[in-house]
Amino acid sequence: MAKAKAKMTLDTLKSIQADVLAQQEKENNIRILVGMGTCGISAGAREVMAALEAELAEKSDVENVQIIPCGCAGMCTYEPIVEVVEPGKKRVTYVHVTPEKASEIMYKHIFGGDPVVKYTINGEFKTLNEQNFYQKQKRVVLKNCGEINPEDINEYISRDGYQGLAKAVLELKPEDVIEIMKDSGLRGRGGGGFPTGVKWSFAAPNKADQKYIICNADEGDPGAFMDRSVLEGDPHAILEAMAIGGYAIGASKGFIYVRAEYPVAVQRLQTAIHQARELGLLGDNILGSKFSFDIDIRLGAGAFVCGEETALIASIEGKRGMSRNKPPFPAKEGLWGKPTCINNVETLANIPQIILNGADWFRGFGTDKSPGTKVFALGGKINQTGLVEVPMGITLREVIYDIGEGIPDGKAFKAVQTGGPSGGCITEENLEIPIDFDNLVAIGSMMGSGGMIVMDEDNCMVDIARFFLDFTVDESCGKCVPCREGTKRLHEVLDRITEGEGEPEDLQRLEDLAENIKATSLCGLGQTAPNPVLSTLKHFHDEYEAHVTEKKCPALVCKPLLTFEIKDDCRGCTLCSRMCPVRAITGETKQVHVIDQEKCTKCGTCLTVCKFGSIIKY
Amino acid sequence: MANECNNRNESCIRPDDPRYKELKAYIDSVRDQQGINIMVLQEAQRLFGYVPLEVQKWISLELDDVSVGELYGISTFYSQFNLTKQGKHKISVCLGTACYVKGAQAIVEALQQHLDIEVGGISEDEMFSLEATRCLGCCSLAPVMMIDDDVYAKLYDTKQIPEILDKYYLESELEHEMESEVDA
Repeated sequence: MAKAKAKMTLDTLKSIQADVLAQQEKENNIRILVGMGTCGISAGAREVMAALEAELAEKSDVENVQIIPCGCAGMCTYEPIVEVVEPGKKRVTYVHVTPEKASEIMYKHIFGGDPVVKYTINGEFKTLNEQNFYQKQKRVVLKNCGEINPEDINEYISRDGYQGLAKAVLELKPEDVIEIMKDSGLRGRGGGGFPTGVKWSFAAPNKADQKYIICNADEGDPGAFMDRSVLEGDPHAILEAMAIGGYAIGASKGFIYVRAEYPVAVQRLQTAIHQARELGLLGDNILGSKFSFDIDIRLGAGAFVCGEETALIASIEGKRGMSRNKPPFPAKEGLWGKPTCINNVETLANIPQIILNGADWFRGFGTDKSPGTKVFALGGKINQTGLVEVPMGITLREVIYDIGEGIPDGKAFKAVQTGGPSGGCITEENLEIPIDFDNLVAIGSMMGSGGMIVMDEDNCMVDIARFFLDFTVDESCGKCVPCREGTKRLHEVLDRITEGEGEPEDLQRLEDLAENIKATSLCGLGQTAPNPVLSTLKHFHDEYEAHVTEKKCPALVCKPLLTFEIKDDCRGCTLCSRMCPVRAITGETKQVHVIDQEKCTKCGTCLTVCKFGSIIKY
Repeated sequence: MANECNNRNESCIRPDDPRYKELKAYIDSVRDQQGINIMVLQEAQRLFGYVPLEVQKWISLELDDVSVGELYGISTFYSQFNLTKQGKHKISVCLGTACYVKGAQAIVEALQQHLDIEVGGISEDEMFSLEATRCLGCCSLAPVMMIDDDVYAKLYDTKQIPEILDKYYLESELEHEMESEVDA
């Protein structure tokens, strides 16, 4: 860190890069990468890291080995993951590592030079990059996640870090930066898909004594965690992008509004900000230019609506996070009444590379109207869960079947939900449509922040709609009536239907109410809250009808609509009758038992405890 | 400290509680910044474990131009803030979409039954409070619950739950034994 105190210039930046790379490429140098994202830590990566370090500490003469905590590589099912990287050798990926395995890896592989093949994926000695999961991916946003130590600024610099900022402040005028962003066609990845360059161009000409750049890291969509992964795995990319944005619109101050539920991300951001200040990459006269910029962190306190720009601004101002009418747009009157630009984490993560490599490079991926890549959090009923970054224009089928390797346990695919509580369900018939912002809207869903939850035949779509409404009712800020009261009424109707008390007219009621809420709500939360209802009503009308007319739940999820029965092959072991919490099951030993349907609360205990499969539900 | 309050519906933080001093030091360190209300409440909750009205009144007197009403508005708006005392251990069951489709609701029900506790409530013995949270961001480990900072992943089988909770009871018993040994 001797260079830290010296004045930072482009040359020092490049010499740090050269030094780090030279060290990494030295013969015999061994880098051990340990996946330490939240997912890795939950799976036990801290203990693995400690075991690796303990083994290394015992060998005081070994100097060529570095153990590096890094972000999430995206393939969460294999955590804890440990990768060994040596110049000129094949990368070795160990999965499901335990402290015991870690010790063995150190002894046999690191000190002994002999990779422990049985601990690699399926014991096949294959790396993550050779998995189907990675074949159709293109890593731009996630390029450093899982590759560098997020708490070491020099590692970020070694991968061209801060050179985009250097190019912007030393070679380009602010209007040139905005022009490049416009040419790149980058659209906001937080949900709406508004072109970032255009957004910046709205804020730039507004004259004010202070302007702000805000990073929206209030990732609230249930089922989406790409922003967390970027913040945890590559925090400097966000700082660099915010500084570039600040230069472009003339802001000297930035805020990162991040969820308090992401403690690892917060801590890494704090470290990153501190390091960037030390090196003069944040603060006064960045890289010797006239541009000064600094960043502070504000913790969100748990409110989904704060993903909406005006609500987020209210929250940073220390108020209840309630949205307001637009215009005036934040670009004109934002934080404390000053011109403000708000960009989401994934959007920002693209920016340093766009500035460095140019708009044409970025347009090399994706489609004409939605250039670049999109990160999706693939989850639910799918074989390979995790984070995937794919070029726009790829089909849903490719993501679900080629990357995610399909549905587990031989079950049938039912729908994929995108866009979280604001989005909708996409069915089999639309799986061939190329994914981009406009196509998803056309088929009744939306990009949202990139949650992609796969559902199989065992998921009830009425129940799923009710689940999302449960969420929006809870998270509505309460300011405007259509959202506050409307979502509550929608939820009541759905509740009624899943309780078996729905009537056929309810379906029309749902549709009318949903259209009204969409048309009249104040902000994006209310305007999109009915989407899960409308899209399930459209694609799964049969299922709604079965609930209200036959009083049946075809997916066997809605409990009040189920019937439990004991088949004739019951052996009379009496277990179910003893376990039944309401004593609804009677029968003599070794005789077929019977469930009293009047007493049965449909808790399903009997079905779980029966060892002979003699209990059925329908 | 453990016995400072026996009534779980009322807070009993004494006005001379030393934690007020820490809170004041924090307020003084951020006083010149704009928009600090949420930050101050967050710090108060970190110190006290919850932010009852009496703490909010104290903050209101400490900050210029901030009414108790404003603070109360903020603390009831954001889900992070608790106005009542919390259990010794906080159980958060993730009800994000990925966990929900994989059966997180069954975890909530099992906990409710086992601890005789409502979501948002605290158990009779004050050992646990139960919360349903928004996505914890570990969707690939779904369904997930957290007890304090420990993540319990892939809870397909709710029969594991009593076993998991027992660990905390056992820990607490051990603590008690140690304490009484020290006393003896």
